[in-house]
Amino acid sequence: MDPHATTFGVASRKMAMWVFIASECMFFGSLIATYLAYEGRSMVGPTPREILNIPLTSVSTFVLLMSSLAMVLALDAVQHGDRRMARVWLGGVIVLGALFLGGQVYEFTEFYHEGLTLQRNLFGATFFVLTGFHGAHVTVGVIWMLTLLVMSLGGKLGPERSLDVEVAGLYWHFVDVVWIVIFTVVYLIQ
Amino acid sequence: MSNAIAASALHAPEPIYSGGLKSWLATVDHKRIGIMYGVAAMIYFVVGGVEALIIRAQLAAADGTVVGADTFNQLFTMHGTTMVFLVLMPLSAALFNYMIPLMIGARDVAFPRLNAFSFWTFLFGSILLNLSFFIGSPPDAGWFGYANLTSKQYSPGLGIDFWLLSVQVMGVASIASAVNFTVTILNMRAPGMSIMRMPLFVWMALVVQVLMLLAFPPITVAFIFLLFDRFFGTHFYIPSAGATPILWQHLFWIFGHPEVYILILPSFGVVSEVLPTFSRKPLFGAPFVIFSVADTAFSLATMLIAIPTGVKIFNWIGTLWGGHIHFKTPLYFAVGMVGLFIIGGLSGIMHSSPPVDIQQHDSYFVVAHLHYVFFGGSVFGLFAGIYYWWPKITGRMMGEGLGKLHFWLMLIGMNLTFFPMHFLGLDGMPRRIYTYASDLGWERWNLVATVGAFVIALSILVFFVNALRSLKTGAKATGDPWDAATLEWTMSSPPPEYNFAVVPQVNSARPYWLHKYGPTRTISTRTKAQGTPAQPDHPPERVDLPSPSGWPILAAFGLTLFAGGALVGLPVVLGGAAVLVFAVYRWAFQPLERPGHPSFGPATAEAR
Repeated sequence: MDPHATTFGVASRKMAMWVFIASECMFFGSLIATYLAYEGRSMVGPTPREILNIPLTSVSTFVLLMSSLAMVLALDAVQHGDRRMARVWLGGVIVLGALFLGGQVYEFTEFYHEGLTLQRNLFGATFFVLTGFHGAHVTVGVIWMLTLLVMSLGGKLGPERSLDVEVAGLYWHFVDVVWIVIFTVVYLIQ
Repeated sequence: MSNAIAASALHAPEPIYSGGLKSWLATVDHKRIGIMYGVAAMIYFVVGGVEALIIRAQLAAADGTVVGADTFNQLFTMHGTTMVFLVLMPLSAALFNYMIPLMIGARDVAFPRLNAFSFWTFLFGSILLNLSFFIGSPPDAGWFGYANLTSKQYSPGLGIDFWLLSVQVMGVASIASAVNFTVTILNMRAPGMSIMRMPLFVWMALVVQVLMLLAFPPITVAFIFLLFDRFFGTHFYIPSAGATPILWQHLFWIFGHPEVYILILPSFGVVSEVLPTFSRKPLFGAPFVIFSVADTAFSLATMLIAIPTGVKIFNWIGTLWGGHIHFKTPLYFAVGMVGLFIIGGLSGIMHSSPPVDIQQHDSYFVVAHLHYVFFGGSVFGLFAGIYYWWPKITGRMMGEGLGKLHFWLMLIGMNLTFFPMHFLGLDGMPRRIYTYASDLGWERWNLVATVGAFVIALSILVFFVNALRSLKTGAKATGDPWDAATLEWTMSSPPPEYNFAVVPQVNSARPYWLHKYGPTRTISTRTKAQGTPAQPDHPPERVDLPSPSGWPILAAFGLTLFAGGALVGLPVVLGGAAVLVFAVYRWAFQPLERPGHPSFGPATAEAR
């Protein structure tokens, strides 16, 4: 009998990521719930309506969505042992992720100049903490993808290690899906 | 066994730590990690107990002068925080760590190094919390830390920061270990151990892991908000900025309500193993108990909770009913737990009636209730587990006489301490007051409670004497001293490093009883096949174990430095983050089994 066989036939690392994602849902759920609970309770401006730039954020949302497509293609390439395309698509995920983060940095800076800070009002506090923690998750994801890219460039990311990419991909898609919820709740439904 | 390690070490480019301090710091063995959790929890049990004794000494008579109001606030805050996060949870983790892989027929947990990381993160976080006694001042806002009492305005000192940062660090440990054990229980079971054949203890553990996974993130978020309020001047809990402190209560109790099940279910699990073993009968209606646990975990209403809990109580009594009861120490504690928990449960249900709740809110009645549940329920159950599995873990028997003395002293002390608190509460004595006037008529029962607290302390002393005597001169334990039914008893005591020489094939919920006695004793088992036999002395095939690793402890240290550094300055925070990232990368690129890893069985002999 294979000593490394698992009860469900699913790799334990993959199951662990799913379990961790369940936990993360509660984390972002609490942040989003707080944002909603405090919506409209700020004593002073700026308000979301005055400051949120929907066209700009729509573009960065599109960028993040496309990064998930690149992620899927990267995993496919690694599974089929296509090292060149694996590097291309992993690089794509990194570039798109970095673009999204750049957009967030730009947005935060703009808001700061328009008078919205963490301390200014409840909108500022809940907005920056919610989107900031999401941004931190994207940053971790980008560093993770960079690590995989370096592994691939060193010839250490063959099909036998596709699970590494699959687990990273689960995380990436989750962070992406959370952004869809945040974008909808914070930007679209005001 | 140690020969095998030494033999493989001859070929090892990296050292195998077979003994000494280093072997414990770098261990990834779930059994050693379990022992370390247990030792740490018992040390903190003494710390939290001493805090309680000082509280009781202060309240023994009217106008007490043992400590002042500020110290008293710090004592009850640290007592609560210590007993919840540093005693009950790690003591449960100790039993989970040691027993779950053995009970499901696995050689280790799914992620051995993550397991080590969880333990060290817990330990460093708990040390950070207790450092507050020596640096600055201990937290003094209660273990629930209600906003906005904890805001900078009302709690300007370092105490609350210590509390927030250390509990946050320990929360990371809890989530990491919850991920680990959820996957372990779901994915590492021996062939044939279907989900309904899992021992009840493992079932309860699984529910606890799921609860920890889902309950810790909300409190993490609540803590993040408070940290931002305190460090960056945000207004998450500041009413003048439009915020509501109720937000804290919501987030805290989204955690707090499941937390009470996190604290009690391990004890339920122990009792569900101990009662069948010493009644010589399978657990009465085991599937009902399983479903009632899953149900308990998701009941939100105070009154509804009575139904699944009542189911379990009746099943436990039904297990004892008509059994050939062996009166051993673990059974005493298990039965004591059932009785005391009924009292705590009944006084809890009362609070589903709003008039009663309003009357008793924040009074000593609530203190009585929660101690019947946590002390009478959790602590008695966990002691049942300690006495039950002690021979398995140490290879030696505990003294029965001292064990029963411990039980009777603890039972009497516990009821002397906490039962009078019902009267005090109904008489109007509020919680958390540091002293009271002599004309209120509270002196008699307070004195009784204080005497009881010292009787409990005496009983714990008896336990330590018993434990130390057992380790030194206790009778050697066989592999199966209680004639029990589950897999952990099929091997020697203590178990070999690799747990199972042969991965067991399971075809019953009570595989070892089926082997020893045949199908007649296994009422709910439909299979006629023979059960799981005792393990052979030596593995017939080669067994490979993960190598020790120093990176988890370094990562845990980096994480604690990262959090604790907030009390010192930005350079320490960044230094901690650097250590954490470095250790995580070294860990991620270190193979689980490296050349020279511990291995056993014939292949090793060949290599020699």
